[in-house]
Amino acid sequence: MATKDIAKIASDFNKAYKNITKRIVICGGTGCIAGGSLKVYEAFQKEMAARNLTCSVKISEGCRENYLSLSGCRGFCAQGPLVSVGDIFYTKVKPEDVAEIVEKTLLKGEVIDRLLYHNPANNQKAKTVKDIPFYAKQQRILLHDCGRINPEDINEYIAHGGYAQAKRAYTEMTPEQICKEMTQSGLRGRGGAGFPTGKKWEFARIEPEGKKYVICNADEGDPGAFMDRSVMEGNPNAVLEGMMIAARAIGADEGYVYVRMEYPLAIERIRKAIAQAEELGILGENIFGSGLNFKIHVMEGAGAFVCGEETALIASVEGKRGMPKVKPPFPAHSGLFGKPTVINNVETLATVAKVFEMGADKFSKIGTAGSAGTKTFAVTGHIANTGLVEVPMGTTLREVINDVAGGTTNSDGTVNPAAFKAAQIGGPSGGCLTKEHLDVGLDYESLKAAGAMVGSGGLVVMNDKTCMVNVARFFLEFTKRESCGKCVPCREGTDQMLSMLTDIVEGRGTLETLDKLEELAKAIQKSSLCALGKTAPNPVLSTLKHFRDEYIAHVVEKRCPAGVCKALARYEIDPAKCKGCGMCKRACPVQAISGAVGKPHAIDPKKCVKCGSCKATCKFGAISVKA
Amino acid sequence: MTDRFKPAVQILTDYGYDSAKLIPILQKIQDAYHYLPEDVMRFLANELKISPAKVFGVATFFAHFSTTPKGKHIIKVCNGTACHVKGSASIIQAVKDKLKLKEGQETTEDMMFTLECVSCLGACGLAPVMVIDDTVHGQMTAQTAAALLDEVIKAEAAHGN
Repeated sequence: MATKDIAKIASDFNKAYKNITKRIVICGGTGCIAGGSLKVYEAFQKEMAARNLTCSVKISEGCRENYLSLSGCRGFCAQGPLVSVGDIFYTKVKPEDVAEIVEKTLLKGEVIDRLLYHNPANNQKAKTVKDIPFYAKQQRILLHDCGRINPEDINEYIAHGGYAQAKRAYTEMTPEQICKEMTQSGLRGRGGAGFPTGKKWEFARIEPEGKKYVICNADEGDPGAFMDRSVMEGNPNAVLEGMMIAARAIGADEGYVYVRMEYPLAIERIRKAIAQAEELGILGENIFGSGLNFKIHVMEGAGAFVCGEETALIASVEGKRGMPKVKPPFPAHSGLFGKPTVINNVETLATVAKVFEMGADKFSKIGTAGSAGTKTFAVTGHIANTGLVEVPMGTTLREVINDVAGGTTNSDGTVNPAAFKAAQIGGPSGGCLTKEHLDVGLDYESLKAAGAMVGSGGLVVMNDKTCMVNVARFFLEFTKRESCGKCVPCREGTDQMLSMLTDIVEGRGTLETLDKLEELAKAIQKSSLCALGKTAPNPVLSTLKHFRDEYIAHVVEKRCPAGVCKALARYEIDPAKCKGCGMCKRACPVQAISGAVGKPHAIDPKKCVKCGSCKATCKFGAISVKA
Repeated sequence: MTDRFKPAVQILTDYGYDSAKLIPILQKIQDAYHYLPEDVMRFLANELKISPAKVFGVATFFAHFSTTPKGKHIIKVCNGTACHVKGSASIIQAVKDKLKLKEGQETTEDMMFTLECVSCLGACGLAPVMVIDDTVHGQMTAQTAAALLDEVIKAEAAHGN
């Protein structure tokens, strides 16, 4: 079938859109849905129906109506559910608020003060997105349409210029030109390694003609990163358009989106987008009359972190255990079913059409010389504004944490930039950045020099109540579990490293343990087969480098300075506060507490098993945990 | 052919008996049988003309596959980085205590609940996160987690289970 005229679809949509009186957007990303946004959506439908207000789901020309739709993730997850009525932006909306929003904001244009975002930094209310520093300080290219358009309506994507670049690629450009443009743009892979995208495509392009594949790596396994999920949920068509351009560049006619099964909404939206694109003839046979075909399949991952590694991912698409292979041959030469394959991650592919839209030259000027464009970071942990942040490459850590994300928080949630201790960037493969790195630019080169990496862009902020040894152990526990077992250094080495770290946090470590840990870490880095093993020791080495004092406190003084490691904690009774009621004595399961009635009690540290029962029962707050 | 393999035959037909589709086939088998029974896996191997070892190999490699039956309600507690630094360990403990799960035990004796600790659900903005039967609950504490489980237990009791 012939591809429908996308210029006409765009102009029809835009003509109809002019008749919209008010656009109401409810965030339908995973975060907001968990906060109850679907109930808010239903409440809007009910309330508007009850008042005889139209809330068309399919906008059509000629009738004036309101347009109510869900959107993808808007990135401001901790403030959800998010609702915007025209420009007015409401946070933490509950179904009970809907009647009032319809009455006041939709019908009269009044602003409801209590639903506005309250900026804790200056104690002011923000009326629109532009007034919120979280958004105002970002440069949203990739995420521009996420949260603005209806991800389940391909027409709106087209109306925003969507698929125009795919059309150009299929009808006006040669594969060589596409690869050249991509190389000039300086776009590097956003999945972790940062390999230049144009080069990767060129390698696959020059392979002899025949069967070739494009794979979208949506197996976002790095705990703490969710930009790929958000892009797929918020703007799935951008991913498909990127895949189409890649396919045209290398001469592929078949593609796969490999999504982890933990992202059911992303899978649903991608599937829907593919179906709509096929219906319009954008995907399928004889695309844009070019005589070329492209079909996209969706495959759900079955839960293995290592499948984020390209050769392991390919093995699992082939129906095998997801184990990596030795490279070379690289997938561009011999990939899926032994055919040349380009494999890019979601964020990279979703950026492709934007690069072509603005032109390689303009794109290459954003960011730094070696790291062009913007990058999305998932900022989480002890931070005021948890969420997705898109900034030009090279923006400093300080700007991201303090200016965009609102600053580090204490454990009770109050903002306290001074509490910043470290930021783990790049997940289990990355390293930690400390106070001295606050002015380091977030780009491939600067981060590498600082001993960390961009990785997928997970940025976990940790305050001074975090034990870095515990964090290192946490990551090792993860990589040990996810090691596929194929090569010995990773399989046995991570297990051994985890045992050593467990010894340290449980008080059995010595200074010698630290030396052995470091030695083993370096050996694993050098000798593992794939990136999982090669990078698994990074969190340990980087915390050993920056927080060695903390490790020494654990092994020499048997003390956890942050008071996190339970086995090293000491429970103490404050004699001034203790009334001698005997409650703790009865609660103690190992009879470690002694004392006469009415007199201050004491805990025998030799008997204490640190269960915390005494602290929980004390009514006078006399028992505390000492680091 | 016995009725037992009927769903399997349907699934194999849907995927054209293509052994490259082993993972989606196993996913559908798990949906149909609620886990991957050994006899069904042997049947698949035979029909797909691959060795049972290959099927078991794939089945035991991926975290999503289970070779033992799971409980009626699946509780997932996220232990991704963001959830971890915000205290997911105490939530896991609270769920274990509530369901009286012993060390290493995932499913309750009455087959009502299975607890899974997962790496990251991508809902980091709401950390710590717990999922009960596909419904995501954010910003959990040990108390709210236990209260949510109580609701499920109560609803089951009301249905006479």
